[in-house]
Amino acid sequence: MLEVQNLSMRFGGLLAVDGVSLDVKEREIVSIIGPNGAGKTTVFNCMSGFYKPSGGKILFEGQEVQGKPDYKISRLGMVRTFQHVRLFNNMTVVENLLVAQHRHLNTNLIAGLLKTPDYRERERKSLDRAAYWLERVGLMDLANREAGNLAYGQQRRLEIARCMVTEPKLLMLDEPAAGLNPAETKDLNQLIVSLKEDYCVSVVLIEHDMSLVMDISDRINVINQGRPLASGTPEEIRQNKDVIKAYLGEA
Amino acid sequence: MQDLLYFFQQLINGLTIGSAYALIAIGYTMVYGIIGMINFAHGEIYMIGAYTALIAITGLATLGIAWLPVILIVALICAMIVSSTMGWAVERVAYRPVRGRHRLIPLISAIGMSIFLQNYVHLAQGSRNIGFPALIDGGFQFGSADSFQMSLSYMQITIFITTLICMTLLSLFISRSRTGRACRAVSQDIGMANLLGIDTNRIISATFVIGAALAAVAGLLLGMYYGSIDPLFGFIAGLKAFTAAVLGGIGSIPGAMLGGLILGVSESMTSGYLSGEYKDVVSFGLLILILLFKPTGLLGKPEVEKI
Repeated sequence: MLEVQNLSMRFGGLLAVDGVSLDVKEREIVSIIGPNGAGKTTVFNCMSGFYKPSGGKILFEGQEVQGKPDYKISRLGMVRTFQHVRLFNNMTVVENLLVAQHRHLNTNLIAGLLKTPDYRERERKSLDRAAYWLERVGLMDLANREAGNLAYGQQRRLEIARCMVTEPKLLMLDEPAAGLNPAETKDLNQLIVSLKEDYCVSVVLIEHDMSLVMDISDRINVINQGRPLASGTPEEIRQNKDVIKAYLGEA
Repeated sequence: MQDLLYFFQQLINGLTIGSAYALIAIGYTMVYGIIGMINFAHGEIYMIGAYTALIAITGLATLGIAWLPVILIVALICAMIVSSTMGWAVERVAYRPVRGRHRLIPLISAIGMSIFLQNYVHLAQGSRNIGFPALIDGGFQFGSADSFQMSLSYMQITIFITTLICMTLLSLFISRSRTGRACRAVSQDIGMANLLGIDTNRIISATFVIGAALAAVAGLLLGMYYGSIDPLFGFIAGLKAFTAAVLGGIGSIPGAMLGGLILGVSESMTSGYLSGEYKDVVSFGLLILILLFKPTGLLGKPEVEKI
């Protein structure tokens, strides 16, 4: 469903990403790993429309999306998170989920004043969906708290819930386990797998936590210094000599 | 007793003018809250609102309509529509093309827009003062006739009540409506809001439209209160309202309300107890003092730099 072909990204004289290719099929979890500064997040930024790639193609369901503005890409169903949690901190937990469904709502002021059946129907649906995901990520009790006051692990889960209420087809998670304790990482692990199994979402994952990556990935792409180094199943990657060398240095 | 009445008189005058400042200040603070720029043309939007209201009132008088509520409501609606359209157009023409550039560029564009609108009204309506019919006269008198009498005019009551209604509606809109919710999201993190599929351009336009509509309300009210308008009508009021917004903490809507009231009261107290000449000295002095001790304003958020 997603195909990245020969992607490159140049910042002035620096070739941050050079010839990276990647493909993601339906209901698949694909990880991008690599040492710090390898260009993983740059690949993400190109995919989500933050950067206009200098070369290569990105096809989402057969449609070229490279260089498209970020909101258009997200409307196609590719939604991402960031390394740092970016919630609307001054809004309540449930508001964060409602505002993410903004474009599905009827925002006509007159319809709002008259409370037309269509308006109510959509309002009810969006609340139901928000409630469903709050329950799903275990934040129902905190629905009316300000998002900024949640614990870090809860903020991470809320962020994923906020992506999911937009009903994406492909979820891009940038280091979702960063800063989580082992128990929280385990929860996250189960959550991501369930997104794939129960909600038919494909996931692209950037992560440093190898136990998580090896556990849940269907395939792994390794990038080193902007170039593709290896790709394959977790088992193949574990035994790949180049990968070991890149991570541990030359013996 | 006399002194007390005198004090209350100043307080009433101050709260009247202050609530009108607050209405204008909302426009500054909402725009800053969302895109981090100062809309210097906002004072002109307010002035155009006053002119439109006057034209509507004159037109209705020519038609022979004399029932006051109709005149006021029609004038208000006309002023709000024209000002909102102006606010929307100014953003579309002068700010959107330069958004995201260096901070100074939209600022200069705003100053240019302000000069343009001011001169346009000079040309179209003439530079002289034009009388604004009071429409609402009379009021309550307190105190004995042979000494100081405190007066509370119906006009002042109208200003209070209208401002109160506008502020309540605005607060409800921001806290309850979907568009209000999206406004809050955009003001916190415009990039993320964009990614979640919120049409941020539309939200920004909405902010300009709402701010302009409130400024138009203030234009009608203060036009009637002062009794005359001219093309520079928006300049001083805009400056005062901007001060009020900064005083209360720019970006914060309750801050703009509070800032307006504080500024209005401090001005009228200075006029009443010192001299009218000193009122600007005191109000800007107050601004400096507050910014010295609370750089983000009274209700401003602690973060200074907006990303």
